[in-house]
Amino acid sequence: MSENTNILVVGIGGQGVMTATEILAEAAIALGHDAKKTEVAGMAQRGGVVSSHLRFGKKVLSPQITPGTADVLLGFESAEAMRWQHMLKPGGITLMNTAKLVPPVVELGLFDYPDDPLAEIRKCGNKVVAFDATSIAQELGDIRLGNTVMLGAIADHLPFGAETLLDCVLKRFQRKGEKLVELNRQAFEAGRAAVGAAEAAIG
Amino acid sequence: MAAVMPAPAASRVLMSGNEAVARAVWESGVKVAAAYPGTPSTEMLEVISTYPDLYAEWSVNEKVSLEVAIGAAYAGSRSFCCMKHVGMNVASDALMTLTLTGVVGGLVIAIADDVGLSSSQNEQDSRYWGRFAHVPVFEPADSQEAYEMTKLAYELSEKFQVPVILRMTTRINHVKSLVVVGERVEFNGAGFKKEPSRFVMVPGNAGKRIPLMFKRDIELRAEAEKSALNFIEPGSDKRVGFITSGPAYMHVKESFPNAPVLKLGFSCPVPFEKCRELVALVDQVVIVEEVEPLIETELKAQGLKVIGKEILPLQGELSPNVLKPAIAKLLGEPVPVMDSVVPMKVFPRPPTMCVACPHLGVYYTLSQVRNLNISGDIGCYTLGAGHPWNALDTCVSMGASMGVALGMDKGRGEADKDKRVVAVIGDSTFLHMGMQGLLDMVYNKGNVTVLLLDNRAVGMTGGQDNPGNGRDIYGDDSPRVDFAKLVSALGVKEERIHVVNPYELPVLFKTIRDEVKVQDVSVIITDQPCVLIKDYHKLKPFEVIEDKCTGCGNCIDVGCPAIHVTRRGKEVKPNGREVDLAFVRIESSVCTGCTLCVQPCAPGAIVHYAPVSPIQLVKKGCSA
Repeated sequence: MSENTNILVVGIGGQGVMTATEILAEAAIALGHDAKKTEVAGMAQRGGVVSSHLRFGKKVLSPQITPGTADVLLGFESAEAMRWQHMLKPGGITLMNTAKLVPPVVELGLFDYPDDPLAEIRKCGNKVVAFDATSIAQELGDIRLGNTVMLGAIADHLPFGAETLLDCVLKRFQRKGEKLVELNRQAFEAGRAAVGAAEAAIG
Repeated sequence: MAAVMPAPAASRVLMSGNEAVARAVWESGVKVAAAYPGTPSTEMLEVISTYPDLYAEWSVNEKVSLEVAIGAAYAGSRSFCCMKHVGMNVASDALMTLTLTGVVGGLVIAIADDVGLSSSQNEQDSRYWGRFAHVPVFEPADSQEAYEMTKLAYELSEKFQVPVILRMTTRINHVKSLVVVGERVEFNGAGFKKEPSRFVMVPGNAGKRIPLMFKRDIELRAEAEKSALNFIEPGSDKRVGFITSGPAYMHVKESFPNAPVLKLGFSCPVPFEKCRELVALVDQVVIVEEVEPLIETELKAQGLKVIGKEILPLQGELSPNVLKPAIAKLLGEPVPVMDSVVPMKVFPRPPTMCVACPHLGVYYTLSQVRNLNISGDIGCYTLGAGHPWNALDTCVSMGASMGVALGMDKGRGEADKDKRVVAVIGDSTFLHMGMQGLLDMVYNKGNVTVLLLDNRAVGMTGGQDNPGNGRDIYGDDSPRVDFAKLVSALGVKEERIHVVNPYELPVLFKTIRDEVKVQDVSVIITDQPCVLIKDYHKLKPFEVIEDKCTGCGNCIDVGCPAIHVTRRGKEVKPNGREVDLAFVRIESSVCTGCTLCVQPCAPGAIVHYAPVSPIQLVKKGCSA
């Protein structure tokens, strides 16, 4: 139903797609929404496709997002952002990491990785904001910060403020020490800024 | 899993269906919980093991897990067991007798159906077991219902002294939604009361229990008629009404918010009167159920005019974009177009083995040996069927690699007379169902080379412990099975048993090649831990010296996901043959230094990685 917000998070196994979606769900719940989160991740740890659905609002029924109704597509990997375009509603937005993770079937020469996923997505006519989340994470010293960067990226595209989401992210790291909390805060803000800058450039 | 403090009562918690059931099991005062891991059921027992004041175990298979739960329930305690759909095939022998003896303490069996085949060898509807075994079935639609129904299932189980099946599907097990939790209430059973006429199922006793089972069916149906789990929402649009169960209810509500709906939470035995009530309320009734037309068939047999699988799919998950067009067509309305954009064509991204997986070397080697027919098994081993190895020819069910291999050996035709039969099986799978197959193979003098890949974990489901790694569900030490001694005890000759390191490719290759030539049962055990468990230790990573790489691509054939092609090329050999070249790099951040890619690298282009410090980068004029 239209009163629900639908967020689709996509990537590949091991990138933290499911965790990121769960943190988004926690933020929605913290603000009093009903929420459901599910994923298609049969063998997620083994480099397969992961797509995680989050729906929140007054009352959520079906846990799955109907194709053509996602408000935001958060893509952790370029080709995956492309794969799931049909899920977006008209006027929906894609926020995507420009990093490319090439699977073994492509390395073996059995299939081709698209030359320019971003251009392909633009061809659909949907709004897309692209930024290099993986490099941001690497610059902060740990590639595993990538999913916090991605959460920062979506922070200003939610029907609620970024603060609650940031709180939910940081809560996860509280027990692991102040240093990690601080790193994740930086990752979150860096992702947020990167999307802001990329959007400003699009105009 | 580390023990956690259970959330206090009345907390509003985001829980998966699996977590919700686990919580309810704990709150119900259950004393014994047992399972064998299997997607999408695994987390139920993982989470139960984090709760205090109960006993949890990984059993070696589902039949044993049910037997353990039965024993506890006979002894008067509340017990729980769970499994994925195919697990009930294994446990069904115990179930079909349990239905005759019944229980004393409540016993709930949660069965998780992998609707849509996220990671299973078949799709089956476990609600059939309710009909087959004459036991009630509850079908939750979300986490809150999974939680509440589990608690109600214990009450029903004790009231009728019958086990209760909680039928779940992936969209319950793996969907997180809100649950308001309660407190644990201790359940103190009366202890085991000797009653051989009830608990010793010899024909004379069992025969007397069967009429009681049929009598119970009638009482259970009456209970279902008045159960609050079965309710009608009258709705305002009387053109089409729906009878539905499980998560299908959510899709119906989402798609047709104004339609009359009968939701069956206690769906077996079907409450016929309730169904008649709904039928009388509307012009047409559509039965919406995943996967098989069970309720539909029963209602049609009752003479009720209902529609079901004539317009809905017999396979896979239901969703609004399946329901809406089907109902529009039924009503003669324009069929809505659900997809705003046609999916774009992107390469497939099938799951693959992990970086440095000890099985990589085994499948690489198998792909290099000619004239093999390879009988495979469930688990990570199934991935050997994929690229680049293509080293599996069959996969049927857990443990079946043994029997199927013997059958391929004994049933070989003229075309296969020069082929060797190899069977591949994992450690946990072997303990689950493989041992009996190997015994049969030895006993019947088969000619099969068995590869027992011991990675000390149930790898595919997340690395759970089993008797092969000497740890229990709590991570505590436990006697560890010696596979070499075990297969020896099953009758495999000492000289035909080899334990090899799967990272030593030449030894592995020679052992396999030698053993397939022997006309006997051989067992080659590979003993290296799964890279995802704590027993695995990373070594120094490798990198490729660009100038030395000749583009031969041998390393790519190993199939390690850490190897990437940087550029492709072609080369004309002196004999005029053109060969494809692929120059590579290694993703050093994920490489564990296992050496599997180093060994086939002819030019010696792969060497230990020397990380470059940021200072050096600045000197070189590069940015990080």
